[in-house]
Amino acid sequence: MDFTLSKEHEMARALFKEFAEKEVKPLAKEVDETEEFPRATVEKMAKYGFLGIPVPKEYGGQGCDPLTYVMCVEELSKVCGTTGVIVSAHTSLCCDPIMTFGTEEQKQKYLVPLAKGEKLGAFGLTEPGAGTDAQGQQTKAVLDGDEYVLNGSKIFITNGKEADVYVIFAVTGMIEKRGKMMKEITAFIVEKGTPGFTFGTKEKKMGIRGSSTYELIFTDCRVPAANMLGKPGQGFKIAMHTLDGGRIGIASQALGLAEGALESTIAYVKERKQFGRSISQFQNTQFQLADMATKVEAAKLLVYKAAMAKATKAEYGFEAAQAKLCAAEVAMEITTKAVQLHGGYGYTREYEVERMMRDAKITEIYEGTSEVQRMVISAALLK
Amino acid sequence: MKIVVCIKQVPDTKGGVKFKPDGTLDRAAMLTIMNPDDKAGLEAALRLKDQYGAEVTVITMGLPKAEDVLREAMAMGADKAILVTDRVLGGADTWATSQTLAGAIRNLDYDLIITGRQAIDGDTAQVGPQISEHLNIPVISYAQNIKIDGDSVIVERQYDDRYHVLKAKMPCLITALAELNEPRYMTPGGIFDACKAEVTVWGRANLVDVEDSNLGLKGSPTQIAKASDKVRKGAGEKVTLDPAESVTYIVGKLKEKHVI
Repeated sequence: MDFTLSKEHEMARALFKEFAEKEVKPLAKEVDETEEFPRATVEKMAKYGFLGIPVPKEYGGQGCDPLTYVMCVEELSKVCGTTGVIVSAHTSLCCDPIMTFGTEEQKQKYLVPLAKGEKLGAFGLTEPGAGTDAQGQQTKAVLDGDEYVLNGSKIFITNGKEADVYVIFAVTGMIEKRGKMMKEITAFIVEKGTPGFTFGTKEKKMGIRGSSTYELIFTDCRVPAANMLGKPGQGFKIAMHTLDGGRIGIASQALGLAEGALESTIAYVKERKQFGRSISQFQNTQFQLADMATKVEAAKLLVYKAAMAKATKAEYGFEAAQAKLCAAEVAMEITTKAVQLHGGYGYTREYEVERMMRDAKITEIYEGTSEVQRMVISAALLK
Repeated sequence: MKIVVCIKQVPDTKGGVKFKPDGTLDRAAMLTIMNPDDKAGLEAALRLKDQYGAEVTVITMGLPKAEDVLREAMAMGADKAILVTDRVLGGADTWATSQTLAGAIRNLDYDLIITGRQAIDGDTAQVGPQISEHLNIPVISYAQNIKIDGDSVIVERQYDDRYHVLKAKMPCLITALAELNEPRYMTPGGIFDACKAEVTVWGRANLVDVEDSNLGLKGSPTQIAKASDKVRKGAGEKVTLDPAESVTYIVGKLKEKHVI
C-alpha cells in the first residue's frame, strides 16, 4: 500500500491551495461577520470548474475522481468553512443524485449547467419533524395530470436561497413493507422560480455563517412529472445514497477546518512569548501539537479512504460514516484546543481559530449527526 | 495562428536558495515555480487563443523535472509541450540558453514567440531578445498589452514613465511583463488531461543550426566567480533620543556616510 499522492492529485492540491489562499482566505472573516453569501467567490470557482469536479466531462464537469473533489473541499475549508460547505452541498447533494439517478434528459437539462457552475444546487430532505428520522416527512406530492403538486416545507437547507436547482423529497403515498404501512418517499428536481415555491426564514447560525441556510416552502407547487428523480418510492434509497456521498464532503470540510486550525496554531505558538520564551518551547504546547497533528492525520487517512471507496465500490456508506464521525469529532477537538493554545486571543474574533471552532461544530450535526454515524457503523458490524 | 511560449522553471524564492560547489544553482534541490514573467507571457498567449484561436506550444530547457512546469502550462490551456533536456546543455548562461531555444524553435512553425521579460533567478532579461537575433525576427520587449492586427502585432512597450505603441509584422518575438495580466488558474480537469498528455522531449540531436561550442557551460561566455545566498543584515544601531536630538543625529549620520 502506497500513501503517496499521484502527480495529478499533487497538482490539484496545489491549485486548490493557491486558490484558497488568494481568493477565499482574504474574505473569510468578512463573510463570517456579515453573514453574506460569497457570490463572487462562487462565480470564480465556477469559472475554474470547482463546481463540477467529479462530474464526467460529457456532462460539463471536470471528469476527476472523488479524491480530487475531497481535496478541493478540504483546502477551501482550511481557510473558510462556509466556502467548503457551499461546494460540498452543491456537488454531493445535488449534482451527485442527478448524475446517479437522473434520466439522460434530466442530466442534460440540470446536471450540465450545475457542473459548469452556471447554476447552484441544493438538497431538501430535513423538515421540522423529520431530521434523522426520514420517515417523519410531512411534505406531500400528489399526482395531478402530468404534474405533481407539492405542499410542505423543508428546513436548514444549505445554499437555500442562492441555489437554482433543488433535489426535494416528498411523500407520494403509503406502501406496505414487512407487514407495516410505510410512507412512500419520492425525489423531485425543483427549479427556483416555480410558482408556489418560496423561502421562509434565514437561519441565524453559530458557524458557517456565510452559507445561505433557509426554509423552503411549497404551497400547491406544481412540478412536472418528468422532474421525478428515479422512480416513485425510490426517494429513501436516493436520499441515503446521496448522504453517503455527502458525508464524505462534510468529512472533508471537517478535515480542512482541523488542518487550518492546526496550521494557525503552529504559527501562533512560535510567535507568542510568555515567561521570556515562545510558548512553543513549553512541553505542554509541544505534546498538544503532537497529539493534534496525529489525530488530524488519522482523520485524513479515513477521509481519503472513503473517497477512494466511492471511486471503486458500489457501496461506501460504512467508510463514509467512519470518515465523517472521525473527521467531525477531530475537527471539534482540534479547533477547541487551538482556541485554548491561543489563550484569550483565541476567544476573540481577531483570530481565525475562534471562527473555525464555531464552524467545526456543525460537522458533528449535519448530514447525519455523530450518533447517526455510530448507528450506521455499528449496524454494519452487527449484521 | 501558432504561438510558442518559452517558459522557465525557477526556484521558488519562498523555499531558500541552494548552490552547487561550482557556484551554479542546485536546481534539483530547490522548490520551483513557473517564472512569473513567463506565466504572464503564457496567459497572454492563452488570451490570444481565446480571442482569435491559436495553437499554443510551450517550450523549456531544463532538468527532466522541468516537465512539471510544462504540465502546469498545459493544465492552464497550452496545447503542446516540449522539454529540451540534455547533459551537454547544463550550466548554460543566457547566450547558450538562447542558442539552445532558438535551435529547438527552428523545428517549429510559428507566428509569434512570447517569452517573459526576465527570470527571477538570473534577472538578465537577455534570453528573449537573443532568441529573436538568432532567428532573425523582430523583437518587442517589455510588453504591457498585446493585440493582433491582421498579420501584425500591436504592442504597448512599457517604460518607467510612458509607453510606446509598436507594430511589428509576424513572425516576431515579444517579451512579457508580469504586470501584463493576472494569469489564470489551472482547472482540475485540465490537470488530469495535462498529466496524461505527451511531453515531447528533445536533446542535443534535435537542435537545428547550433554549434556545440555555443552550448552548455562550455559554450557560456559568462563565468560565475562567486555566488552566495542573501547576507542578512545585522540588527543595526539602536539609540534612544528625543525627537530634536534624533533629527540632528540622523542628519549627522547621513552626512558622515556622504548620503547628503
